[in-house]
Amino acid sequence: MDVLDLRAFGPAAVLAEVADSAAARSLAAYARAARVDAEEVVPGARTVLFDGVRDVDGLARRLADWTPDGGPERGPLVEVPVVYDGADLHDVAARWGTDVDGVVARHGEIEFVSAFCGFAPGFAYLAGLPEEHAVPRLDTPRGRVPAGSVGLAGSWCGVYPTASPGGWRLLGRTELTLWDPARYDPALLAPGTRVRFVPV
Amino acid sequence: MSGLLAVESAGALTTVQDRGRAGLAHLGVPRAGPLDRPAATLANRLVGNDPAAALLEVTWGGLALTSDTGVWIAVTGAPTPVEVAGAGRGSGRAEWLPAGGRLRLGTPVTGVRSYVAVAGGIDVEPVLGSRSTDTLAWVGPPRVQDGALLPVGAPHAPPAPLDTPRPPRPGALRVVPGPRADWFADGALDRLCAASYVVGEESNRVGLRLDGDPPERVRAEELPSEGMVLGAVQVPPGGQPVVLLADHPPTGGYPVLAVVHQDDLWQCAQLRPGDPVGFARLRGA
Repeated sequence: MDVLDLRAFGPAAVLAEVADSAAARSLAAYARAARVDAEEVVPGARTVLFDGVRDVDGLARRLADWTPDGGPERGPLVEVPVVYDGADLHDVAARWGTDVDGVVARHGEIEFVSAFCGFAPGFAYLAGLPEEHAVPRLDTPRGRVPAGSVGLAGSWCGVYPTASPGGWRLLGRTELTLWDPARYDPALLAPGTRVRFVPV
Repeated sequence: MSGLLAVESAGALTTVQDRGRAGLAHLGVPRAGPLDRPAATLANRLVGNDPAAALLEVTWGGLALTSDTGVWIAVTGAPTPVEVAGAGRGSGRAEWLPAGGRLRLGTPVTGVRSYVAVAGGIDVEPVLGSRSTDTLAWVGPPRVQDGALLPVGAPHAPPAPLDTPRPPRPGALRVVPGPRADWFADGALDRLCAASYVVGEESNRVGLRLDGDPPERVRAEELPSEGMVLGAVQVPPGGQPVVLLADHPPTGGYPVLAVVHQDDLWQCAQLRPGDPVGFARLRGA
């Protein structure tokens, strides 16, 4: 595949497909810094959507200058204090072949990065969990997961910004406010933000 | 502020809508905004408002409210019996609602959503730069409840009672191929356009859900989450297409076979469960 595969998404949007989530973050950051002509720049798992584009050809020319940035993540770092008492902590420990302390230690070692938001306002899909630590979603989602719950699904980690139904396996909870529409930056973990979990 | 609207009855669902909340899709915030944009634009124009002014989107009628000061109002969208201060009035034109008089909307004769604009606009506090209420995550002002008091802004232009509204011309929803058309069998888009679908009960501001022939997929794997646009025709594993509307989640994990032209999206606001829906390829697409 070319570095950048551009697909029309209706007359006013372009979907750029890239190799992986890191490339998607890099392209989204590049496009924002270059102030490309798009109302929305929306990274996905391995795409970036440009919506509200007036000049599709012009956008394609601007994006042609992008090269995937293989360097370290440069977003701001947020430390998330976690009480590890989640309902699925023992289950995850068994899947990882360790005990609860082992889960806490491994989860705390990883520097995650917010790849994209979806599911709910401020719900960040955090990349960084090694593939061998991926865990399946619950077969039956819970009817209500409290705000601040920290969970895993596949190789993603996430923190529920608001109470909602959810099928992620829960490790613990944080008191941080992930989503606050009255804040200048309403989402604490906007795409590109680096995240470390700190046991309390 | 120039007065208050006192809502006696909000009906099944009434929300405040302006042009929506742009630029926050990457944080997971739906754009929102009126589902029938031409109807909302017309209502604002009739009362002398800026097209960006906030108005009420009323689902299935049933709204009743009074004004404490008297205000110009206009009702557009789904054809609905309109009563102003006890007298039957037409929709699609500016009407004076006197102080203490009641505006009452009956049940739409056809369609689903009506728009009530007041001169000066609904002046509730904006949230993240918009007065639109998103019904997916409930970002924005709260939905309008019975007993709500809604502030009205200061009018800055006289009403424009003479207008030429768009002629309502429902028809097939015109589409262009979507970014994942290659996840479907050859000719899937042509078959989508040849088939007839029926609007599902679960349709809402998030999406128009359709029952009918499932488009045939050739790629069975899960699509990694990617950004979605207004009008995208998503096909979930069950095969029943969904046309994404104003409150759609900004990202989704189902492939998009087609995208409905924005000029035809107003129809999705007015189609009722059980109504037939067809698609047609946009000429040249």
